[in-house]
Amino acid sequence: MTDRAIGVSLGEIRRLARDPLLAFVVAAVLAALVVFILYPLASVVVMALRPDGRWTVEIFRHVAANPYLLQGFRNSILMGVLTAGIGTGIGFLFAFAVTRADVPLKRFLHGVAIIPIVSPPFIGALAIIMLFGNNGFITWNLLRIRNFPIYGFTGLMIAQAVTFFPVAYLTLRGVLESINPTLEDAALDLGGSRFRVFRRVTLPLAMPGIASSMLVLFIETLADFGNPLILAGSRFPILSVQAYLQITGMYDLPTGAALSVLLLVPSVTAWVIQKYWVSRKRYVTITGKPTISSVKIVSPGIRSLIFGACLAVTAFILLIYASILWGALAKVWGSDNTPTLRHFLYVFGVGFKAVRDTLTIAGLSTPASGLLGMVIAFLVIRKSFPGRKFMEFTSMLSFAVPGTVIGIGYILAFNKPPLVLTGTLLILLLNFVFRYVPVGIESGVAILRQIDPAIEEAAVDLGADARTTFSRVTLPMIVPAYFSGLVFAFVRAMTAISAAIFLVSSRWNLMTVQIMAQVESGRLGAAAAFSVILVLIIFGAIFLIRALLKARYGRYGGSMLKF
Amino acid sequence: MSVRLEKVSKVFQDPSRPEGSVTAVDRVDLEVREGEFVTLLGPSGCGKTTTLRIISGFEAPTRGDVFISGERVNDQPPNKRDTSMVFQSYAIFPHMSVEQNVGFGLELKGRPKAEVREETARIMAVMGLTSMAKRRPDQLSGGQQQRVALARAIINKPSVLLFDEPLSNLDAKLRDQMRLEIRRIQQSFGITSIYVTHDQIEAMTVSDRIVVMERGRVMQIGTPFEVYSRPANRFVADFIGRVNFFPCTEASFSGEGLTAKYRDVRIRAGSRNGDVREGGPAVIAVRPESLRLEPDSASAAPFLRGRIDKAVYLGAVVEYEIDAGLDRPVMAVSHDPVVAGFFRVGDPVSLSFPPAAAHALAPETAP
Repeated sequence: MTDRAIGVSLGEIRRLARDPLLAFVVAAVLAALVVFILYPLASVVVMALRPDGRWTVEIFRHVAANPYLLQGFRNSILMGVLTAGIGTGIGFLFAFAVTRADVPLKRFLHGVAIIPIVSPPFIGALAIIMLFGNNGFITWNLLRIRNFPIYGFTGLMIAQAVTFFPVAYLTLRGVLESINPTLEDAALDLGGSRFRVFRRVTLPLAMPGIASSMLVLFIETLADFGNPLILAGSRFPILSVQAYLQITGMYDLPTGAALSVLLLVPSVTAWVIQKYWVSRKRYVTITGKPTISSVKIVSPGIRSLIFGACLAVTAFILLIYASILWGALAKVWGSDNTPTLRHFLYVFGVGFKAVRDTLTIAGLSTPASGLLGMVIAFLVIRKSFPGRKFMEFTSMLSFAVPGTVIGIGYILAFNKPPLVLTGTLLILLLNFVFRYVPVGIESGVAILRQIDPAIEEAAVDLGADARTTFSRVTLPMIVPAYFSGLVFAFVRAMTAISAAIFLVSSRWNLMTVQIMAQVESGRLGAAAAFSVILVLIIFGAIFLIRALLKARYGRYGGSMLKF
Repeated sequence: MSVRLEKVSKVFQDPSRPEGSVTAVDRVDLEVREGEFVTLLGPSGCGKTTTLRIISGFEAPTRGDVFISGERVNDQPPNKRDTSMVFQSYAIFPHMSVEQNVGFGLELKGRPKAEVREETARIMAVMGLTSMAKRRPDQLSGGQQQRVALARAIINKPSVLLFDEPLSNLDAKLRDQMRLEIRRIQQSFGITSIYVTHDQIEAMTVSDRIVVMERGRVMQIGTPFEVYSRPANRFVADFIGRVNFFPCTEASFSGEGLTAKYRDVRIRAGSRNGDVREGGPAVIAVRPESLRLEPDSASAAPFLRGRIDKAVYLGAVVEYEIDAGLDRPVMAVSHDPVVAGFFRVGDPVSLSFPPAAAHALAPETAP
């Protein structure tokens, strides 16, 4: 068995030796993944287990003995589980409404559900403070309640549900769309009641998608940093914030690292389950051709109920964005609501450096990250070489690693020789490139799986060499996917906070970090104005890329970029 | 522009098998003459597509040599070989128009733009594609995509044209039409062609010669007449069309054929294979359409009697299965049933055949 395994890999090595360009690219990508993903993670683990030159579990004992830190761990897991359940529930409701229930205003519901995905993940928290906080519009201006207990569990729960349900919605919409409605027709035809058909046919078919969505939401909630930093408060500690405070507030690197490891273990576990188990259990393959069928599974009464629930969620989301916009225009939120442009003037004055820095960093890192993603996707899908599985695993691992952990990893790994990068633009760029590379890989893999390898063979058969085949055939076919991957990577880069907050400096700062600073010093108006500008930039970029794709690739390209 | 394979084998690693590998192509010898149309025919997994990919250069043979026009090409990559392939999935470039697809090969050769345009227009006219020159592939029907794939392959004037099951994605009627079209174009350009299919009717329609393959090995190479009427062994006889086997003993040669003892009577076959031994056993193969059915009567002395077990009326023919007390039912077909009349289930019949329609095979020792 081992002989044979070696035999195979020898064959792979021989193939690589015949193609030096491929060998070089493979070696470079593998080296970069080790240095910029594995090495920082290893630094965190080493810092936690070997704080002063010898191996010890002392730090973990210290954490275990500290009830406050332990409570943070428990709270994080609790929020992860609850958000996974509630977020997936709301996501399913929307997905079902849009694909199955034939409710009115489908495009509108879809559009509103997408907004939180393309805005900074802590906007929910910011708006909840503005609505229900000490000077909250609802709690104070309308109800005259002082010190409404929005900080802690309740507020955070609402903020995270609103922030993450759209992720579940997108996943489940894809799943429900790919379930052929004629299956439900067949079950109804066999005499099942609507509810039974839903319970026995629709729901079981969607189950792998639901499980997958829950695990993804669990991972994202665990990694969430912005919402808990604003909303959790001291009575409801959250692990990611605690790790951050240990390092920036108490300069206790070993404890911060140990908390990071505690954060990392459940995230990576959930990711491995999702990637290697749940995603294999899909019943349905997406054929791309939706079957035409009148949907009969929902009775008119249930339809109204579903529609009503969706409208309520939609109204809340719109309320959030309206309050951000209003907050950006109000003189002093809560006490003096006369409209003013002074917060925007502040953003374009003192704060403009952060806007420029953010645009620079996102603008540089996004194309690089997308390109790296395409290259990795191409290597993993089309080539065979030693280390292929390792490349796939490591490059996708970033998705499972909470930003806080990788941020701490970067400051530990790159503040000493051989690579001293702290405080530079480069460390932010590298972090963004490798953190958001899974986005590019996923869109690359998706498109390459759709492209028949025979198409590339046809080019070779007609006389094209490897380079011409890639540039004239493969590349033009994957470019639309590259750009659609770019949009998501750009959104992620613009809204990043958890890892970046460790890496910013006086020379290079980010809008998201500025927003946090404004919230912490109670200047909600400036925070809201920053947020408005940030969202406008993202929407501008999305529409620009979409228009470019449509103009350049017509139907073939425009359809690639769908939300 | 001949193609020659000498003792070509291809072994794939396959860790799921106990022996760790699978032999897809096993010591294949083949010579395709200039301008000839040869079809590789066999069930799925017989190695025909792998053989084709070895000729095109997409697979390297584990052992053996490939010659194109007398030159050994084992080390030539596919882009350097003077072959063009028509793929099963057509593999049309989705980001190029019909015109760009067809002209791509010439463009890669660095021909002047004007020449590419002229030649593309000429080929598109031959293939009936002129009106859709500017269309995108996703606006074409299956048959049109097929034409584009063929036009793209022949524009380079390759020495050898390779077809990998090119018609399997078309519906039945279009398939019949394209078969004739492929044959017409191959003959008008005179390009040596190698064609892979699992459909025996397709193979019979287009080929000068057919190579029947099974488990990586060549079972027979011959004209359509030879593989159908003079099958080399039971596999070939059974794979191409339907057949009845009558195992006999005590073969004695007479002219081109032989007589042999079947149960209690001696029967005659008009032809025999070289590996049948005189005095030994032989299997006589008779196609269903060659069996004659007559109402059974006590006076006749047929070689076999039976009862109609199934009768399927298909209009032009009636297909019968006859229970003659053998381990398999005997298959027979009668033509023009309206005029000739036909039997019903349960009717007793007697069976006979003209010796010219019977062919004797050696009984197989091992599969």
